[in-house]
Order: sequence, then structure tokens, then C-alpha cells
Amino acid sequence: MVANPLTKNIDMSRPPLDIAAYEANDGYQSLHAIAKGLSPDDVLELVKGSGLKGRGGAGFPTGLKWSFVPKGENSPAQKYLVVNADEMEPGTFKDRLLMEGDPHLLLEGMIIAAYTIQASKSYIFLRGEYTVSEKVLRNAIKEAYEKGYLGKNILGTGFDLDIIMHTSAGRYICGEETALLNALEGKRANPRAKPPFPQVSGLWGKPTIVNNVETICNLPGILTYGVDWYHGLTKGNDHGTKLFGVSGKVKTPGCWELPLGLPIRELLENYAGGMQDGLELKGFLPGGGSTDFMLPEHLDIALDYDEIAKVGSRLATGTMIVLDDRTCPVGMVGNLMKFFAHESCGFCTPCRDGLPWVDQIFRDFENGQGSEKDLQILHDHVTYLGPGRTFCALAPGATAPLGSGLKYFKEDFEKHITEKRCSYKH
Amino acid sequence: MSQQVIASTAKKARKLSAPEIAEIEHEMTLYPDKKAVGLEALKIVQKHQGWVSDESLLGIAKYLDIPVADLEGVATFFNLVYRQQVGKNVILFCDSVSCWIMGCEGIKGHIKEQLAIDYGETTEDGDFTLIPVPCLGDCDRAPVMMVGPDLHRNLTPEKIDSIIADYKNK
Amino acid sequence: MAKIVIDGVEYEVNPDNNLLQECLSQGLDLPYFCWHPSMGSVGACRQCAVKQYRDADDKEGMLVMACMTPVTDGAIISIEDEGAKSFRSDVVESLMISHPHDCPVCEEGGECHLQDMTLMSGHNYRRYDKKKRTHRNQYLGPFINHEMNRCITCYRCVRYYGDYAGGTDLSAQASHHHVYFGRHEEGVLESEFSGNLVEVCPTGVFTDKAFSENYSRKWDLQTAPSVCVGCSVGCNTAPGERYGSLRRIVNRYNSEVNGYFLCDRGRFGFDFVNNRDRLLEPVQRVDNTGELLADDQVKAVIKEFAASGTIGIGSPRASNESNFALRAMVGEENYYAGYSDAEHESMQVILGLASDASFHSPSVREIESADAVLILGEDVTNVAPRIALALRQSVRNKAKELADESRIPQWQDAAVRELAQHERSPLSILSPAVSRLDDVASDRVIESLPNVVAMGYQIANKISSSAPSAGASSENDEVIEKIAAQLKAAKRPLIIAGNSNGGDVIKAAANIARALHDESGKSVIDLCLLVPEVNSVGMGLMANSANSLGIALEKLASGEAKRVVVLENDLYRRAAKGQVDAALSKAEKVLVLDQLPSATTANADVILPATAFSEHEATYINYEGRAQLSFQVHQCQKQAQPSWRWICDAKHVDDLVERCCSEAPGFSRLREVLPGENPFVAGMKVPRQSHRYSGRTAMTANVSVHEPKQMEDEESIMSFSMEGMPAQKDASVHASSWAPKWNSNQSISKFQDEVNGELKQGHVGCLLIEREDSSDSYFEPAVDSIEPSAKQLRLVYSYQIFGSDELSARSKPIQARMTDAYIGLSPEDAEDRGLRQGDVATINPLGAPVVVCIRTGIKAGTALLHCGDGKISPADFSGLIEVEKSAAQSTIRGIGNLIVSDFQEEEISS
Ligand SMILES: Cc1cc2nc3c(=O)[nH]c(=O)nc-3n(C[C@H](O)[C@H](O)[C@H](O)COP(=O)(O)O)c2cc1C
Ligand code: SF4
Ligand code: FES
Repeated sequence: MVANPLTKNIDMSRPPLDIAAYEANDGYQSLHAIAKGLSPDDVLELVKGSGLKGRGGAGFPTGLKWSFVPKGENSPAQKYLVVNADEMEPGTFKDRLLMEGDPHLLLEGMIIAAYTIQASKSYIFLRGEYTVSEKVLRNAIKEAYEKGYLGKNILGTGFDLDIIMHTSAGRYICGEETALLNALEGKRANPRAKPPFPQVSGLWGKPTIVNNVETICNLPGILTYGVDWYHGLTKGNDHGTKLFGVSGKVKTPGCWELPLGLPIRELLENYAGGMQDGLELKGFLPGGGSTDFMLPEHLDIALDYDEIAKVGSRLATGTMIVLDDRTCPVGMVGNLMKFFAHESCGFCTPCRDGLPWVDQIFRDFENGQGSEKDLQILHDHVTYLGPGRTFCALAPGATAPLGSGLKYFKEDFEKHITEKRCSYKH
Repeated sequence: MSQQVIASTAKKARKLSAPEIAEIEHEMTLYPDKKAVGLEALKIVQKHQGWVSDESLLGIAKYLDIPVADLEGVATFFNLVYRQQVGKNVILFCDSVSCWIMGCEGIKGHIKEQLAIDYGETTEDGDFTLIPVPCLGDCDRAPVMMVGPDLHRNLTPEKIDSIIADYKNK
Repeated sequence: MAKIVIDGVEYEVNPDNNLLQECLSQGLDLPYFCWHPSMGSVGACRQCAVKQYRDADDKEGMLVMACMTPVTDGAIISIEDEGAKSFRSDVVESLMISHPHDCPVCEEGGECHLQDMTLMSGHNYRRYDKKKRTHRNQYLGPFINHEMNRCITCYRCVRYYGDYAGGTDLSAQASHHHVYFGRHEEGVLESEFSGNLVEVCPTGVFTDKAFSENYSRKWDLQTAPSVCVGCSVGCNTAPGERYGSLRRIVNRYNSEVNGYFLCDRGRFGFDFVNNRDRLLEPVQRVDNTGELLADDQVKAVIKEFAASGTIGIGSPRASNESNFALRAMVGEENYYAGYSDAEHESMQVILGLASDASFHSPSVREIESADAVLILGEDVTNVAPRIALALRQSVRNKAKELADESRIPQWQDAAVRELAQHERSPLSILSPAVSRLDDVASDRVIESLPNVVAMGYQIANKISSSAPSAGASSENDEVIEKIAAQLKAAKRPLIIAGNSNGGDVIKAAANIARALHDESGKSVIDLCLLVPEVNSVGMGLMANSANSLGIALEKLASGEAKRVVVLENDLYRRAAKGQVDAALSKAEKVLVLDQLPSATTANADVILPATAFSEHEATYINYEGRAQLSFQVHQCQKQAQPSWRWICDAKHVDDLVERCCSEAPGFSRLREVLPGENPFVAGMKVPRQSHRYSGRTAMTANVSVHEPKQMEDEESIMSFSMEGMPAQKDASVHASSWAPKWNSNQSISKFQDEVNGELKQGHVGCLLIEREDSSDSYFEPAVDSIEPSAKQLRLVYSYQIFGSDELSARSKPIQARMTDAYIGLSPEDAEDRGLRQGDVATINPLGAPVVVCIRTGIKAGTALLHCGDGKISPADFSGLIEVEKSAAQSTIRGIGNLIVSDFQEEEISS
């Protein structure tokens, strides 16, 4: 049986499979199952049963999310599926691989998802800088239309679906699903208040599902090979495989599809090849720039949503950023703070005005001008920008590396103050 | 019913070109609301003109009959809509965390030396504009940057030199 | 009702609201910025955080934004919780990091919501020691200053200006902590409601430009509750005076009328009071110069005029008291209407309908709740601006309905808008030219005036077959059908018309309302009939239906009447020049009472200076028939007096009101607007000056070191001093809002029985006109049989918010937005006559020069005439005109200030 459903077709040294080759390798099987009578509710049950959790960061169960979409006669006729391909979280490079490597997998997944919620229109919200993904996807979409997998009355099911490519104009906040909807509507990409959730009132006020690229790419496997197979893929409590990446000063940085539940150490040592010669691991962010630092002592923890949460961090995107002992942790957090401050949409006060202050303080630290008072202000901002206080999760995301950095690398911060310089700089 | 998108202005709208209009019209078929096409139109015009001048902004607003103030609000929100003239090649330089760990500051210093420009600036010959960009999603091959639509990975000072030379010759 | 516990105390609250609104309704202090009582919540500022607890055992609680949290029965919250308090103080700290701290030179100082909230939140020590972010400011026109550095990014300005008022030229720009609120480039803010930004902005970003130039702190202004004299809506205002000059006008909350908002005419049109040309002394013309009159001379003159053979001409812009005094002086049969004959005629129709029990004239608030509206023939934005703003809210009722269906609370502003997208309640507009409400109109028909009238009759006929139809069916049948169906289906339909262009539209509108009444089984139908001036209705009630101005002028010209008293009126704006000339030259003696010189005062033998609205206490009657009392704000200049005081011997406004009640039919309830039996709190008057009023003893020390005696106000319950019981909740009148900790206008919630509710003082005025019985007869359509020749155009008057009103047109800020008289033509009609944009043309038969204004949204065959500031008189023209190019030079202002959506621009090549 297939053990790497997400990447089985991917070989970056050649162009991605065309539709024929993709089909030859079990591709678009799910559509034929649907054509044979699998109803939207059947698919929903399968996806619920699979236990698939969103891969966009928050890990929300996908089937459950879909079940909130209003159904039946009285529900709005137009519903939308939106694929979140905005991938801008620092240190995250997984969706790009899927889109450039196997575009039809994404399209097949989209058709399944759209069919389930009965959305006749679907947008791929692609970050504008992903020019290769755009080209590859546009070509695949064309192929799918030609094959009759997109368009009107797909495979005689009576179900219509158009997939529209939207390339963004660059803002991290567009990855936040409600800000994304505003961006798609041509508005300033401020997030929206929840409730109402997009499932009820989303794009142009219509029921909308937003899913991450990787989430969607899990669907063809679930329909083709079944829920039991899917459950068998994992080593831990969560189901399926996941893309895991490692960046930073390791020997072989990269991105791999691995079972959920693998110990972190295995990822770091077996796949990323361990630290570069002469460097020691000082800490790491397990799932992108808005997760909390973990330490070498956490290496034996499993890559599993709940396990990682137990030590105060999040699996999130599964792309790990490694901090070595010769790189300044204060500088690293500072770099993230600059990012978050710049990418704040400017809607709510704590994030808009709090993060630039934090950023300024880090710049001062960098220049040897940090003070105890500033350190206190940083601590205060960890609470101030935390969950429930800001309008969306961007600022709380920023507090993850900030808070954990202050906690784990306290001495480094203090050294910057006492030595009035960054001692990592030569 | 036509919106009342009158806004007195000292500047005159630029009439959009036929290819620009054709592309905008195509986008109109993909979105149920013309406001959504505003952002698309900004990108289209930028593709043709290199950037979005005040005159172009007014031109789009007029063509779509949407308020120019709203369109400006959108144009100035997004990182990749240029409301100032940029050079022939825009360098989007990633300085986010993984690239930073992998030494992008040195690479940036090198670019700065070679082209004599800092962030937000354009070379005197108009060939290059340097702009920072958040994480380009290629962290396993950091440091990375884009020049125009092309991605360049595992940057070193030497690589920078040859990239600059390549684009200069284009 | 729901019960919730706030800091251990149980409250009964409305479950349809959010926690913030309910906390404020209960009189509690909870800081906020982005929420606004009339605009709902968006949750941007995070200032209103409170702790909410799951149950009595939950000691931790969770921070929630009160404005974004629905009230649920049994909820337990805390405002005083330390965590919530410190978060709120952190929010203000954030907001202040780049704030310039320029309170001493800021126009908002002392009435700044940001100052109040900063204090209330407990942030008092500045820790931020980095560089501040700075912005550039924009020129935004003659009304509004822009100081972006003071911005705290609450998004209220754009939510008000765009979402609420429909303006399109102000937006949020840029992002992160560079967010900027401005136009896309410098220029005049186009919305007719831009002035409200001054009050909506919680700090000093948008301030009142005219006020800034002549600035005084809020507490140094002498204020009193007043009524705007700009149009017939009668919005409630709080004018402020210092050193004898009127400095500014701000909104005064009235739950039924203007709520929180004014239009720009109302806010910026008061400056005529300070005009240098004010008439301030009684003068008599001797040969060609003026001679001051001594008191006894004045008495003699009045005596002379009190003799028989005198007629009086009233004024729709003067108070009931002055009109009544004139009527009493000359006798009912010699008192004549002071508006044009056309208006007089249409007013008779309006007054007839006003007492018909089938109809109801809706207040501004009621207009907001209409769910299907038809505007017949009128340009509401220019004639009764505040009503246009209300109509913009009425079209949102559909959105609210959809929100209810989706169980989204109505106060979730952004979510409701998102859900509804472009879905609006129907608003149909039928008129000869585009209007500034077209962007929210569901159907928009541009037709000649006679066709608009005919369509009105047809709609009535479609609704009820017993209503007579007019005209043959036309290409508009489908719209007619649709509008009829929409009105029929509505829960609260509303028909609006006005008398800017005669009474035919009004009759058609009334037929529609009557048809709805007959068919729908609703006991009353909202019929809103607009008139142009603050007291058009009051004077209309006062004058006998036979006593039109035309007859008065004829009597003078024929010698039948010898003398005339003209009350606050420029007759040259009301009747043809020849007619007025003939009358005034023939009259033996002409007495004019007015505030400013006019063509009429130029022909007067005696001029008596009249006080302006802010200098006297008076009552006015608005378009609904609502009588309202307006207090004197400051002392009159020199010898000006309320007109009534010159011509009758009443001591007191109250006396006249009493007499009016018993002597003038229709006025019997007027006394209800007076402060009640016992208006005093602890026997004290209500001070016009705040308790912080500074410099009282020294204000005039440059003239004399002796402190002048405080002027006493014998007439009213207010005092010209700081003594008394200030505007707290017990006071019987409420001018300048202030409550402990709340120095800004946001303190208003302390005076409302609940947020958005009635004021505790309860002064919403009094509906004067009794609706007794219902006539069930329809108007028969009058066929307009006059067919224009090829050269002729059908004339329609175009009323303009800036310029058409006689008094506000004498105010400097308004003048900066006015145009010259112009003739609006369709491109076809202009081309036929060889006219280009900005040419000067003459209108025949009278040859008046006007600027040509080519607009694409005018029905061909119709010419829109704007009369400018009195240079040409609407009464000079009637019906059909010819327009031709003139060699004359263009005039002072041109038409550059005109803001219309259909102005034809020369095509720009790329
Ligand atoms: C600031 C911010 C940025 C985000 N960026 C992304 C992103 O780039 N891609 C993504 O899939 N989800 C992103 N998310 C998460 C989305 O809001 C959303 O949860 C996700 O797309 C849901 O998809 P899933 O259920 O398939 O995980 C972001 C969230 C926040 C708060
Ligand atoms: S936390 Fe607030 S300012 Fe920051 S991105 Fe979210 S909504 Fe915008
Ligand atoms: S008032 Fe509640 S968040 Fe602004």
C-alpha cells in the first residue's frame, strides 16, 4: 500500500506528472467513485472518519468544519471552496512543494471538497510570489477542464465546478482565512470577526470553506484507499502523513512526507542530517515562525498535535526552524518581530501599535541599547498581545517565539544589556 | 445603477490600454463583484506598466466605476502593488527568519555594495529596485530572493554577481 | 429582557444588544473607541475589554471585548477586574505611543474622547521612548482640518463617512502602524455630511476648520439648546458663542429628529450671524441716506403701521412668535404668506394632507425604519439633507432582516454588511435629474417632471384600481409595476415628495399613499412632504389660504393697501422683480424687519434690526408639523431685537406662545414645547456657561476695568452665567453635554434613558397638527397640456445645499462651497444650442445670465436652474424657457464647486 500519498508522484528533478500519468498512478479515482454514486454526505462521513485535521496551522478537524456548511433547500445556492495557498509563515515551505510537484493531487482534492459542500466555484488563493506554482497549476487546471473533471456536469454527476486562480499581492495576513476572504473580494485584507464563521457567511456573504493546500491534498488518498488505510499511516494519535520540513543550519535542510507521531529527533537527525559540523542545537521552532521555541531536551517528543502542545508549543505547519548555538536567539526573535510588526494588518490596537514597539526594542537590543525597562516591556507585551486580546491570531502568533524566547534565552537577553552589544556578532 | 464615485481630483485618469482592458474584462467573468476586480486590475496594470501611477489608479477606478479612495486603500495595503516607479527588475529579497539564520544580511550587504542601493531604492540606470519580502517559502534553500518572476536559491556573493550580470544583459 | 451580573450587581438588560451598549445604558463607565451608538461594533480598538465568567465558580474568567459580545441571560462579567483594567490601560498606552501629545494646541482639547478614555483607563505614565511615527496632513476643503498624527486608528471616520453617510472619497490607506485616513489626494471632502467627522473622530484628527480659526475651549463657549434654521428638518443643535461672536455649531441629540448627526449646511451655515453687514440699528430712510431712529421715533413708526391700510408679509424663516406678532399687529385678514405663490399653493395641499388621519408624517428616526421608499420628484439631499442621511440607513433594513435570519446580531456591523452585500431595501427615485442618493437606489427613473407626476398617478393606480390613472402606458410600465409591488409588500412603506417644483407631485404622492392605505389595511401610511424652510409649515398654518403673496403685492400696487410690514424676508426671492418693484414703489411706507440687508431692505423706508436664531428664544415647526423650542444662546448685538418685540408689546416668548395657542388655529398645542410647570431644579436656572467658564470678570477689562453686571435673562429658564443647575440629568434642558469623566460629546449616553434612547429631559418637541378625519378622495390628475416648442426647455428648480438658503449663503464657509447661478442642461440640449461647459448663457424671457453646466444625468428637454445666492429670482421664470449663449463674462465663483455625479468632463486622451 501507498505510504506517502502526498508525495508519491513528486520528483522535483522532472516536471510534474501530466493528467494522464497522474491518472495512471491511481489519480482521479475518487471522481469515478463519486460518479458511481458516492453522495456528498458519504464523502463527509469518510472525511470525518479519517480524522483529518487541517494542515494550515490550527489543526481543526476538516470533516467537522465542513459539516457546519448549511445544507438543503433553504441554504444559499452559491457556496464556495477556497484553497489557502498563501504560505507566508516564516520558515514554512510545504505547500509550494505540493503545488509545484503534483498539481493534480490538489485539483482532485478540491473537486472532492467542493462536491462535499456542493460549491460550484472554488478559488485557489495563491501567494503572488509563487510564480512556478501558478504556471504549473494553471496548466493542470486546463488539463482537468479538457478531461471534463472541471466545468459543467462533471462525469455526468450533475455537479458543476469552476476553479479560479487568484494570485495575491503579498501580505502575510491574507493567510488568515477571513482576511483572505476580504482580499479575494478586493478589499483591504483585515480579518473579520468570528462569529459569523465563513462556513455560514464567508465569501460575498455566502457559505465558504477555507482549507489549506496540504489538507486538501490528503483527500484523494482517503477516498481512493479508504479510511482504514489512512489510519494505518500514522505512528501516533493523529491520522495520516504530514509534510515536515527543516530549515536552518542543518546538514540537509528539506521537506519530507512522514507519518504523524514520529519523534522529532528522527526528523532532525535522520532526515535533516543533524546539525552542521561544529554547531550545536540550541532550540527550534517546531512549526513555523508563530510557534513557541522548544529545546534540545524536547527532541524525543513525537510530531503530534497534542504531544507538542503539552510542552507549550504547536505542531502548526510542521516546518521546523532550527537555531544553532552560533546564531543569536535575540536576533532571531527580533527578525520574527520585525516580520510580524510589518505584516500586521493595522486593524486592532495591540497588534498594530504593540508589535512596532517590540520591534523597536529588538533593534535597540541589536545595537546594544537595550535596557532592563525594555526587557520588562517585552515581557508585558507577551501577555498584552496574547490570545483573546487581539482581533485575530497574528499577534498571538508573534508572542509564541517572543514569550518562549524570553523564557529560554533569558541570559542572552541580559547579556545584550550588560555588554551593550550582541556578542554573537564578530 | 452607477455608483456615485465622483471624487474631484487634480490629476487626470489615464485611459487604460486595450490589452489591459481585455485582461480586466476577463477577470470580470471570474468574480461576481467588480470591487474584487479592482485588485486584479491593479496587478494587470502593474504587469503592463511596471507600477501603478496616480493616473493609472484613477484610470482603473474610472473604468470599473469604483471609488478611487477605496482602490487606493487596497493598493497601499498590499506589498506587491507598487505605487512608486520601480526599476526594470524588482529584486524581492527575503530577509525572514530562515534566510536570516543562513546569513542573508551578508548577501544583502553585497547587493547593496554592487548596486549602490538600499531597500526601497532603484539603481541610477533604472535596472534594479531592491525590496524586502517576507519568507519566500524556500527556506531549505536559504538564502533566497526573486528577481522579477524568477527565484534564486542558495545565494552566495558570487551567485549575486552573476545574477546581476545576467539581468543587466537581458 | 435578560439578567446579567456586572461586578456583583444584577441588571436587567436588552438581550438584542452587546455588553458595551448595555454597560453604558446602565450608566457604567467603560471606555471604548471604535464602537459608536449609531454604527455598531467592529472590535478594532480593543478598548472595551471586560472579564466574562463561565459561571459563579469560574474565578479566572476570560477577557472579552464588550462591544463584540452579545448579552446572554445569566452572564457574569466584571469591568473592575484587575486583568481587564490593566489590559485597557495597555491599550491606551499603545494608542498613545505615536500620538503627538499636543493637547494644548489641539481643537479637541477639553472635549476629547481620547483624553477622557486615557484617564479612565488609568494609563498615566509614558514608557515609550522611541521615535514616533508621523504622517502628512491633507487639505480637505473649507470645512475640515486634518491632523493625522493625532489618529488612534479606530476606523470610525471611514465607517461613518463611507458606510454610514455614503461618501466615497475618504478611505483607510496603507497598513500596520502606518494606517492613514484621508482622500486619495488632497481636495474638498465631497460628502454633504463631512462635518460630522468632527464629532465622530474621538480625537483631534478631523476638526472644525472655521472654529479653529476663531477658537475657544468648549468650556469657554456659552451654549444653549437651539434648532437649526437651515431647512425644514429642524435638527437640534448646540451653538457656542464667545466674545459676542458665534463660534461653532455642534450636534445636539434628539432621538426623533437628528440623532447624532447634522448636515454641513447646518453645521457651517451659522456664520451669517457674525456677518459684518448685519443690520443692528433702527434706521429710517431720509432722502437717500439712513437716519438712526430713537426709541420714541420707533414707537411712532409702529403706531403709524398699526393703523388700518397696513398689510403684513410673513416669513417662512422667522419664528412662530414673530409671524404671529405680525399677524396680530395687522390683523388676520391683512397677514399674507411670505413665500412664492407656487409654494403657497402647494402648501395648501400639504396642509390639507397634514390633517388627514390616513397619513403619518414620519420623523427622521421613523424614516430610518422604512423598508420600501419612493421619492417622487424631489432632490432630498439638497432640500432636506438630514433626511437623505436617514434614507441611507433605511435601505439597510433589508440587511438587518437577512442578519436576523442568519442569527447575526444587528450590531455586528461588518458582518451584517458582508452578509448582505448589495442587498438593500427598495428605494426608488423618480425625478428629472440624478440625485446624490442614486447610489443606493433600487430603481432610478429620469423623466420630465410631468412624466414623473404621471408615473406617480400610475403607481397609485397599480396599487389600487380606485385611484385614478394618468397618461398612457409607457416604456416605464415595468418599473411602475415593480415599485407598486414593492410598496405594497413593505411593512413600513414611505412616500416622499416635496414642493420645490409645485404641488402636482405632492398630489400624485398623496394618491400613492392613499392607495396603499386603502389596499394594505395599514391604519396609517408614511407620507413625508418636504418644504424648504425652517418654519415654512408654521407660517403656512398662520396665513389664510386666500392670502397669497401675489395678492398682497397686487393690493399694494393698486393702492388698496398703503403700508406694508415685511418680516424677515427678501421679497425679490419670492416673486417676480417687476411685481415686487411695482408693489414697493407704490406703497406709501415700507417697514422691513431683518437681519441682513437685501434687495427688499434697499427699498424700505424703515428698517428694524432683527435678532438671528441664536440671539432669541423661539419656536419653529418642521416638515412633520413638529414644534420645537430653540433657546437664546447669546445676547443680541447692539439694538437688534426679536422681530416680535419691535411690533408688539408682549414681554415674553411664553406670552406670545400662549396667545398663539388660543388665537391661531392649529397652534393649540404649541405651549407643550415650553419647559414644564416646574422647570427649575432646586429653584435654579440652567446656566448657559459652564462652571469652568473662564475670564468672566476680565473679559471686557480692555474696555472698562469694572466688571459688567451679568445680563439677566428674564424670559427663559436659562441664565447668562455660570450660576444654576448645569445640564445634568435633572436639568430640564440640555445643551452642552458633560458628565463627570466624560468631557466629550460621548457623554450623551449619560443623558439618554438607554443608549440611542430618548433624552431623560425628554424634549423631542410636539406634533402640532391634529389628524382628525380621513378624506377618502383621490386627487384627479391634472393634465399638463403645455407642449414645449423645439427651442423651449422645461424649467426645474435645482435647490442646492450650499447656496440656495438665503441666510446660510451669507456664511463664509458655505460661500467657499457655493457656485454661481447655473443652468443645468443635458449634453444634447447643450449641443443643440451651441453651448459648452462653463459658457455664460441667458435665460429668456428675462435675460438673466447664468453659467452653463452640462450634466449627463438630466432628462433631455429639461433645464435645471440653480439661482445662486439671490442674483436671480426663481419667481422670475415659470414653466418654459429658452436658453442661448451670451457674450457676458462669467461671474464670481463659476461652477467649479459643484459636486454632482454626472458633471460632463471633457474627454481626456491617454
Ligand atoms: C496570521 C495568520 C496567517 C495564516 N496563514 C496561513 C497560510 O498561509 N496558509 C494556511 O493554510 N493557513 C494559514 N493560516 C490559518 C488559516 O487561518 C486557516 O486556519 C487555515 O487556512 C484553515 O485550513 P485548514 O483547516 O485546512 O488548516 C493563518 C492564520 C493566521 C492567523
Ligand atoms: S491581530 Fe489585529 S492588527 Fe494584527 S493582524 Fe490581526 S486584526 Fe490585524
Ligand atoms: S469599542 Fe469595543 S473594541 Fe473598540
